[in-house]
Amino acid sequence: MMTRAALLVLADGRFPAGGHAHSGGAEAAVKAGRITDAASLEEFCRGRLHTAGLVAGALAAAAALGADPGELDAAADARTPSPALRTAARRLGRQLLRAARATWPSLELDAVAREFPKGAHQPVVLGLAARAAGLGPEDAAHCAVYESVSGPATATVRLLSLDPFHATAALARLAPELDRVADRAVAAARRARAEGVDALPAASGPLLEVGAEWHAAWPVRLFAS
Amino acid sequence: MDGVTVTGVRAQARIVARADGRGGTALPVLDGEVPLAPRRTRSSGSEAKVVLVGAMSGPLGGDRLTVDVRVEEGARLHVGSAAATIALPGQAGGEARYDVRLDVADGAELHWLPEQLISAEGSDLYVTTRVEAGAGARLVLREEQVLGRVGERPGRLTSRLTVRAAGRTVLDQELACGLGAPGGWDGPAVLAGYRAVGQLVVVRPEFGERPVEARALGECAALVPLAGPAALVSAVAPDALRLRRLLDEALTRLV
Repeated sequence: MMTRAALLVLADGRFPAGGHAHSGGAEAAVKAGRITDAASLEEFCRGRLHTAGLVAGALAAAAALGADPGELDAAADARTPSPALRTAARRLGRQLLRAARATWPSLELDAVAREFPKGAHQPVVLGLAARAAGLGPEDAAHCAVYESVSGPATATVRLLSLDPFHATAALARLAPELDRVADRAVAAARRARAEGVDALPAASGPLLEVGAEWHAAWPVRLFAS
Repeated sequence: MDGVTVTGVRAQARIVARADGRGGTALPVLDGEVPLAPRRTRSSGSEAKVVLVGAMSGPLGGDRLTVDVRVEEGARLHVGSAAATIALPGQAGGEARYDVRLDVADGAELHWLPEQLISAEGSDLYVTTRVEAGAGARLVLREEQVLGRVGERPGRLTSRLTVRAAGRTVLDQELACGLGAPGGWDGPAVLAGYRAVGQLVVVRPEFGERPVEARALGECAALVPLAGPAALVSAVAPDALRLRRLLDEALTRLV
């Protein structure tokens, strides 16, 4: 049974899945002096949206369509060369899976918990959670691409004491692009159902990957990634 | 209509390396079509060396270039290029394609170390590099992209690198940058004004058991273990020279 409100429950920043502990690379970019204000935050989010966001959206949509979680997880590994980011994605996946199983009990979610004791990549779990909630691939993709920018925006508010109104306005300006990226993600996920996971997008941001390893080596940091 | 249709060049180069049975490597196939010309140069030890000559004048808009390399079991091949490759806008217009396929058999070794790919203003190139490495294969692959010649804005460049090793995809990444690329490509998440970007992939069977340790090499480069018998160095730099220095330095840590 599908309800629109289920999407709000899943996408809510207060959904207890641990995302608040991660900055999506914003902490490294702030320290490197690449994010200094609302304008550079918006550019950071735009870049993340079209790279990691597109990939996450396509993985989530493919999982929501019923693609094999193991194949999707391996595809996520290949698209995530940074081991710090692979670890973060699995940790987030495990936390989301716990919350999702309690919220929308399903045999598919139980099976993923058994197959990936250390956690599957978060976007794959997100897609399966959407499926368990009776949502479709479009919903899963929108959730994933929105998370790819909302996390860094929230983190930057804390890191730079940025005015939260300005951060939220940046997200609102990105909204039309979020829709377009979600559409591309769903189209790619449908292609992947026919052609296999190689058809999923593999867009990457070199500074996200390199910055994640730099960040992981700091002795003290505010965010886990 | 003037009756003249301008179409791009279609050209293919093929290299097959085979163990010659005397501890060396033979090249039973070494073919190229203009502008791709592979030349055998002096070999060292059991390794055959090939230089790709003349790739410099292309690819132009509308061109479709393909390079196919197969290194068979027990063979060792080193491929470089005589000069940087420059993507230029062409009369035919439209996107140019450059597809590289590298097949490295179990027990074979390939060093794929071409010079930089430079994206000139107004060009539009989609380059794909697909590696299929067998279970015991060894590979060193370097890929460097430079956005624009000195003082020039970059063209559009999209580059996908896919590496399969021992039957699984260990790396699949695409970088899109330049005029017309999706938003944010020059922002703080992707290139942040850096004009040179590169990767070094090293596949070795022993990395499956003992992966390299992840290490940040400053804030602009990192050495990481991939999910499989492979390691990757990613780097961004202000220019080609500094990028090469970063990648060379990282390679010495792996040897």
